[in-house]
Amino acid sequence: MFKNIVVPFLNILILVSLLLFIVPPQMIVKYLGAGSGAIGFAIAAVVGSITLIPGFISYPIASGLLKQGASYATVAVFMTTLMMVGVVTLPLEIKYFGKRVAILRNLLNLFVAIIIGLLIGIIL
Amino acid sequence: MIKKHFEKIKPYIWLASFVIFSVGSFWFGFDPGRTIYQSFTKSFIEMITFIPFLFIIVGLFDVWFPKEKIEKHIGKDSGIKGILMVVILAMLQAGPLYGAFPVAYILYKKGASIKNIFIYLGAFSTLKIPMLGIEIGYLGLKFTLARTLVALPLFIAVGYFMEWYLKNKNFKINDV
Repeated sequence: MFKNIVVPFLNILILVSLLLFIVPPQMIVKYLGAGSGAIGFAIAAVVGSITLIPGFISYPIASGLLKQGASYATVAVFMTTLMMVGVVTLPLEIKYFGKRVAILRNLLNLFVAIIIGLLIGIIL
Repeated sequence: MIKKHFEKIKPYIWLASFVIFSVGSFWFGFDPGRTIYQSFTKSFIEMITFIPFLFIIVGLFDVWFPKEKIEKHIGKDSGIKGILMVVILAMLQAGPLYGAFPVAYILYKKGASIKNIFIYLGAFSTLKIPMLGIEIGYLGLKFTLARTLVALPLFIAVGYFMEWYLKNKNFKINDV
């Protein structure tokens, strides 16, 4: 079991590191910052869904975004999609749950993350 | 013959290329390679903090908890108490979502209901206590509290939806 889990996990980490190089945190901050509006919200949802940024990096990014004046809704949808939706990890998820369930779970969670983002935007 | 060998080493191709790439990057002073390696180490540190605990949980469930017991508490007819139990189990863990898949498998194997498995995954992704601590530190208590309270009913709803949708559809989770 150990080998079967650790190797795919390491592969995910490699992929994540490559993605973080292609889309560096400074770039994320630039596009999701103050006044990015609905487009920023949409980019946040897409970037958050595709990538999987470890907490060490994602929380400082999120905090930087808020300090720069990004909306709560955008930060919430970014953090929530990062946590709940994973395109990078989809191949592994398919191995566990099968294609249909894995894709359905991700779509549902994307939907839920968008609702969370919008509600947080209204509440805060 | 060659194909058989290839199947054996296939899982390690990424890893091997990455090691070669990283060593090469440091050797020749290739900066992008170093940057990639540095973000890899950050993710790696996160991984080694949650993996031991993951194996302990999976191992404990596998050996110590008999199927009947799990079925009774978080199985098909478990109700609110079952939901509460999987949420608490998820909250005590750490790590990114893919770390929850092996636990989901073991819960499934031991007879947890579909609803509770997906509620567990939802709670794991959004309510882990170690992560909430970091979140409060960076984003404040107000944000964290609002996000958790909004997320909780929504992922419970996802659990109910999945159970309804997958009823009679031969749902299973594979061991990887």
